[in-house]
Amino acid sequence: MDNATTVVAMQPPAAVDEHEHVSLPQHRHHFETEEQQREAGTFGMWLFLLTEIMFFGGLFFSYLLYRNWYNPAFVAASNQLSIPLGTANTAVLITSGFFMALAVWAAEMKKKSLLVLFLVLTTLFGVVFLGVKYFEYKEKWEKHHIPGEHFDISEFVNPPRDVKTGKLVEEPLPPDMAQKTQVFFSLYFAMTGMHALHMIIGVGLLLWLIPRSQRGDFTAGYVAPIENFALYWHFVDIVWIFLFPLLYLINRHPV
Amino acid sequence: MTEQHFHDPANVTNPEHAEHHIVTPRTYGIVFGTLLVFTGITVWAAFINLGILNPMIALAIACTKAVVVILFFMHVFFQSKLIKMTVAAGFFTFLILITMTLSDYISRAWGLW
Repeated sequence: MDNATTVVAMQPPAAVDEHEHVSLPQHRHHFETEEQQREAGTFGMWLFLLTEIMFFGGLFFSYLLYRNWYNPAFVAASNQLSIPLGTANTAVLITSGFFMALAVWAAEMKKKSLLVLFLVLTTLFGVVFLGVKYFEYKEKWEKHHIPGEHFDISEFVNPPRDVKTGKLVEEPLPPDMAQKTQVFFSLYFAMTGMHALHMIIGVGLLLWLIPRSQRGDFTAGYVAPIENFALYWHFVDIVWIFLFPLLYLINRHPV
Repeated sequence: MTEQHFHDPANVTNPEHAEHHIVTPRTYGIVFGTLLVFTGITVWAAFINLGILNPMIALAIACTKAVVVILFFMHVFFQSKLIKMTVAAGFFTFLILITMTLSDYISRAWGLW
């Protein structure tokens, strides 16, 4: 590197109140200070996340419009989702985010084994979330609630009766409205699927960050990869924070 | 491989010298607890019939949770003005897009719905 020459070129006049900076090998010469490099990295990461907000925003917006149009279908279809699984998964994802936040702290405090431990726990809870999601998808598959040729509306047209009370568990829908439950499930799979894809990418990145952490790459003062990955992981958390009430909790109260 | 070098403290590209703030596990713990409690509240509130207020409460809770995550888990509370403005501008742009699209949508076919 030609860092030495750059440094000479940047020597300020002696009159200026100059202060020293110790730079790490990861410090690129086109940044004047470590802080500037770090801020530029955070800035870039946020710009990427803002494009992600726009992307998920489009999905949320179509959800808003279709929910307005086909509200009865959305209510009936949403009640097919399992609240216990959804709530448990929300807690699992928040826990994973908590460990990721702690991982950033461990990297900043240069605690290598804690960093590795927290990253492993983050991965573990991320994988548990995906596992629960798999069982939820499997149930939809078995009930023929995947939009398409084999979609089954019978449960929405003729809702089953509650075993104890003998009352219908759901308002019966006319067949044309029952067809629109497919719109709900399309959005359900598109939104949770995109969210799950982000998590799979995140777990992949974690599996790359863990051995590097083990090697001590991020506990010698250079924490940017951990910090920026944490921003990504927390962003994915936030998407789920909105998906959970919108998809699972639309209309749960007894009418 | 450490070396010393100097920079102009009046550097306009980094006027703030935003110090690197290390958020403590205690703060993270409080945020974690808050998020879990709000998750419980949103599920509980969903089972009470409040009519039009149900989705509003659900969204208000989700927004609160998101803001807590952004400010503390994502460190925005402790960042420089540049980062704060970037995040705020992004959400503002997003709100403009939603509002403009919705105002177009609801102002069509007046009186037909």
